[in-house]
Amino acid sequence: MKVFVAVKRVIDYNVKIRVKPDHSDVDLTSVKMAMNPFCEIAVEEAVRLKEKGVATEIVAVTIGPKAAQEQLRTALALGADRAIHVETDERVESLGAAKALAKLVEEEQPGLVILGKQAIDTDNNQTGQMLAALTGLPQGTFASAVDVDGEKVQVTREVDGGLQTVELTLPAIVTTDLRLNEPRYAKLPDIMKAKKKPLDVKTPADLGVSVGSRVKLVKVEPPAERQGGVKVGSVDELVDKLKNEAKVIS
Amino acid sequence: MSILVLAEHHDGALAGATAHVVAAAQQIGGDIDVLVAGENVAAIAEAAAKLDGVSKVRVADNAAYAHLLAEPTAALLAELAGDYSHVLAAASTTGKNVLPRVAALKDVAQISEIIAVESPDTFKRPIYAGNAIATVQSEDALKVITVRSTGFDAVAEGGSAAIEAVDFVADNAQSTFLKEELAQSDRPELGAAKVVISGGRGMGNGENFKLLDGIADKLGAAIGASRAAVDAGFVPNDMQVGQTGKIVAPELYIAVGISGAIQHLAGMKDSKVIVAINKDEEAPIFQVADYGLVADLFQALPELEQRL
Ligand SMILES: Cc1cc2nc3c(=O)[nH]c(=O)nc-3n(C[C@H](O)[C@H](O)[C@H](O)COP(=O)(O)OP(=O)(O)OC[C@H]3O[C@@H](n4cnc5c(N)ncnc54)[C@H](O)[C@@H]3O)c2cc1C
Repeated sequence: MKVFVAVKRVIDYNVKIRVKPDHSDVDLTSVKMAMNPFCEIAVEEAVRLKEKGVATEIVAVTIGPKAAQEQLRTALALGADRAIHVETDERVESLGAAKALAKLVEEEQPGLVILGKQAIDTDNNQTGQMLAALTGLPQGTFASAVDVDGEKVQVTREVDGGLQTVELTLPAIVTTDLRLNEPRYAKLPDIMKAKKKPLDVKTPADLGVSVGSRVKLVKVEPPAERQGGVKVGSVDELVDKLKNEAKVIS
Repeated sequence: MSILVLAEHHDGALAGATAHVVAAAQQIGGDIDVLVAGENVAAIAEAAAKLDGVSKVRVADNAAYAHLLAEPTAALLAELAGDYSHVLAAASTTGKNVLPRVAALKDVAQISEIIAVESPDTFKRPIYAGNAIATVQSEDALKVITVRSTGFDAVAEGGSAAIEAVDFVADNAQSTFLKEELAQSDRPELGAAKVVISGGRGMGNGENFKLLDGIADKLGAAIGASRAAVDAGFVPNDMQVGQTGKIVAPELYIAVGISGAIQHLAGMKDSKVIVAINKDEEAPIFQVADYGLVADLFQALPELEQRL
């Protein structure tokens, strides 16, 4: 079975972001970028499926600027067999990304597509669900376990009340949650080998889709800063403050 | 304008989140209908009819909608969406699962987790783990939106909206519900609790989470956790507070043995009063805490339980 994994280039999760002084967006100049953590989990899951003999080929896909090829190379180093880069400098939001992915799914007919549940930049949590809609495939979102069994896949989902398990017909779309697996690190020889693996570059026009966003970013502001408070010296003082100053307990 | 709100419900009862979504709908303005989809949901429909501001409750009561699986539920919403300018749902795992699918079926964008309504097409939402607030404007005729409950005060109950059945039954041969393992707890729901006490990696193990129980009992609190505590298997996933877990904004949030990573802060920094108990005085959690106690939690927690 061919498995697609979608990966996104985002700000490194450890970096504290800055808003541009003109409030037009966040400032990403010379900020450390990385693969979205949920996409790392998606790549890891695909690699494990290949190690189990379930996946036969892993294709990593990204939609984004030229620099996003770095993240495709990372996916290749981690075990993807080849990569497809849909290159664009537009601000791509979930629907646009899903449209490009849907075209590739139509062309290549993977048995499973694995995506991160959300990208830590826009925090949208949409692309997998949209891809499922556009391809007419079932979806298993927020997965903490994925078991492929013949023509079906069982997906255990992290839901607000606990865990829910659904069974989907294949092909299917899966999005990853944090507990699905712990991604490995790429080894140096694999990083070297990844440089030689095939990486196809296409444009949205090649795919016949438009990826531009119909949600206008009007402005971006820093959030209201919380003022740090005081340190209390003892549990007694804490209880006293909560009762008599903050008045949040009685 | 007319707005369709997907009702959130669990265990045969309307979930509190729905009243917050209706409040967001009121700020957008126009007629508000609530869709109750599920199996045996008559009582839920009646509860939804009581929410202030609701004109009509539409009920799709059919086995096809049991467990609100994404495929049939999105097909239903897409079928009904033609009558509306906005489709709204809570930013719960149900809303997040279903609404993007609806939006793509209608070839429109989806706007996630709004915290404020600026106008019928312009909304505020947090991005980058809440480290920036974006104002976004939809250029689509149909707006499909998930609503963060903490951004909107719930509407009251006093209405008596008409209830009408929806006949559309979505075909679904693609997905089947197998099972659910739901947390059993007598405590208030994390998202709705007035007081939340959360434990982090500093708790050391799952057993030690019992140290929070007595305090939670006394304060009527819900118990939460950091990702590290969930990943380590101390407590189940439904307790995770943060960017990628639950968003809470209680009157009082007590963080115990939690360092205060931005991903955790994203889920609790709108709480009214924050207390941090941590043995490392440099821990970033103290930068957002109104009251910080530098102490070993194993000493501080029993003492706190006793003093309350
Ligand atoms: C994509 C992504 C999503 C994430 N989403 C979330 C999320 O939704 N929610 C979330 O919480 N995190 C999330 N994280 C993880 C986050 O980055 C941190 O790793 C996590 O919050 C740390 O948890 P912690 O504070 O419990 O653990 P640590 O950072 O290890 O902190 C433990 C704290 O306990 C204190 N401590 C230890 N022993 C004691 C003691 N005896 N008494 C008192 N204090 C003690 C220590 O001083 C320390 O400050 C996410 C990360 C990524 C990459």
